[in-house]
Amino acid sequence: MKKNSWKAWLYLLPALVFLGLFMVYPLIDVFVYSVEEGYNFASQTYFGTGAYNYSYVLHDPFFLQALKNTFLLVIITVPVSTGLALLISLGLSSIGPLRSLFQTVYFLPYVTNTLAVGLVFMILFQKTEYTDGLINLMLELFGAGPVDFIGGPYWAKMFVLCFYTVWVVLPFKILILTGALASVNEEYYRAARVDGTPKARIFVRITLPMISPMLFYLIITGFIGAFKAYSDAVALFGTNLNAAGMNTIVGYVYDMLYGDSGGFPSYASAAAILLFVIVLTITCINLLVSRRHVYY
Amino acid sequence: MIGVEIRLKNLTKKFPNRNKRAPGEVTAVSDFTFVIPDGKLTALLGPSGCGKSTTLNLICGLERPSSGQIFFGAQDVTRLAPEHRGVGMVFQNYALYPHLTVRQNIRFPLENLKGKDRLSREEMDRRVEEAAAQVQIGELMDRRPRELSGGQQQRAAIARALAKRPHVLLLDEPLSNLDARLRLQTREEIRRIQKETQITTVFVTHDQEEAMSISDQIAVMREGVLLQAGWPQQVYDSPDNLFVARFLGTPPINVFAGRVQKGRLWIGDKPVLEAAGAADGPVTVGVRPEGFWLRPDGPFQCGFGGLEVMGRDVSVVCTHDACETGTLRAIVGADSRVEPVSGTVRFALKPEKTFLFEPDTGKRIFLPGQRREGYEEK
Repeated sequence: MKKNSWKAWLYLLPALVFLGLFMVYPLIDVFVYSVEEGYNFASQTYFGTGAYNYSYVLHDPFFLQALKNTFLLVIITVPVSTGLALLISLGLSSIGPLRSLFQTVYFLPYVTNTLAVGLVFMILFQKTEYTDGLINLMLELFGAGPVDFIGGPYWAKMFVLCFYTVWVVLPFKILILTGALASVNEEYYRAARVDGTPKARIFVRITLPMISPMLFYLIITGFIGAFKAYSDAVALFGTNLNAAGMNTIVGYVYDMLYGDSGGFPSYASAAAILLFVIVLTITCINLLVSRRHVYY
Repeated sequence: MIGVEIRLKNLTKKFPNRNKRAPGEVTAVSDFTFVIPDGKLTALLGPSGCGKSTTLNLICGLERPSSGQIFFGAQDVTRLAPEHRGVGMVFQNYALYPHLTVRQNIRFPLENLKGKDRLSREEMDRRVEEAAAQVQIGELMDRRPRELSGGQQQRAAIARALAKRPHVLLLDEPLSNLDARLRLQTREEIRRIQKETQITTVFVTHDQEEAMSISDQIAVMREGVLLQAGWPQQVYDSPDNLFVARFLGTPPINVFAGRVQKGRLWIGDKPVLEAAGAADGPVTVGVRPEGFWLRPDGPFQCGFGGLEVMGRDVSVVCTHDACETGTLRAIVGADSRVEPVSGTVRFALKPEKTFLFEPDTGKRIFLPGQRREGYEEK
């Protein structure tokens, strides 16, 4: 076996080269950027190294706003979307006829372009001079006043962003969970029925543990995905997210690089490293929790 | 735990046909009337797809019959949910919950008991220990199912079924997932547990040897119809029809085309047996492998094919034109000398091992003296 180990490395080489070139090197480079103080984009020079970039970013009100928005988005959308997806897939797996139709309907958002969906949401929610928007028209039916969801108060904008995010991530989760539910052996349910196990108990004691690996996979990837949210906000509120107060961390990084106030790769890198640390921490916590609660 | 007599009355189960092009119903169990005696081990035996598992599910309550009734003792349980029938079920692949330990698995059904049946913690623990002791898995209680061997999983599943102290224990193909050696051991184990608990036990199998070896009673089914039921030896010795005769016994029964003429049974061009009282005409003849006597002057002559020595006895492989497969197997004692004369051997047929059937329906034609006498159950 040992004799052939160079062969194994040879076969691994293409993947390793790609990973090194496009994953590891940029990661190191970003870290290097983030500690270079006073970096000048044009002359490619800097004054010295230190933690000033981090300090600047952490004191930047726009970053703090982005941080708050991102955290809110994560905390609201991950549990809501996962819970909803679980409910819907439970429903889907218990209906007989029209099941494939519903499955298709629920899966449609997954294959729809993010920006197109954003446009639809704008039409639904935006209040213009000509119309209050479809949602507002419905709200007015119930006597509630029109709310400017796109350009109005913070909570309204946050609501639309969360709503949108949940709607976009739902199909994938439903797909995974219906698959997980279908893979639970029918015999376990029959065994439970022989003993007259109540439905709720079957769900909690049998179904949930059986699909828990998939559930935790969705929660972890959900957290990571929500932390990296950016295009959703752009689709709803346009590119000037700072002005709308709806920026996200990734949006902040982007703005620092290319936005109107752009040209600050050092600040962008510092923000990116901060995001990396946050996501890493949350994922580690998730894995620790899941080890205790996921069977198999 | 005291068993209960199960009576099935005209039990019929129809399933809607899944094939959309041919709508209609498939009858899985048809007009099944049968009494399963209490405290006995009964085997439902038949080829796959014969409706035996459906029958088991009907007794369990997992399926509702299309018509007919099920009685446990005097109580009509046809409309009762499984948990109210007092049944324990062991599934073919055991269906132990993989995320729970053996102890939690056995405890699971007890935790479902509500109302007046509700158990205290101590009582639950006691019952779990009791069930575990019955199947002798006390030392495996804190393992997960995947850490157990097939036989141990089987025991754990039986313990889970027994924990509720049911009156009826149902086993669906209990031995099919085990290897040959374990199968032998486990069937003894099932027999022992059944004897000790005196619980009415029904198990489903397609393996006739399995059914014959441990059951008090076997019921042979085909295409949803009960063909014959009785004490295993009785069914083997006196099959009601060709299907049952073929299904029981290894090596299988030898089947010949023959005819009855003037009170004698003819196979080929020779009269081989007295058959006084049977009507003249063509018949299908079944002869058990052990139904041959080696006789130099025997009336039944066939071509010698070879010997298969099995230690305890010898299987003589012969050829005969009237035999439906061309070759037949006769089992003779290991001490008998097989001396083919110019490539042929001669046998005499044992009348009690030779059965006559109607050629088109497969129904048994009883010869006088073959009439079934009331076999006593042992």
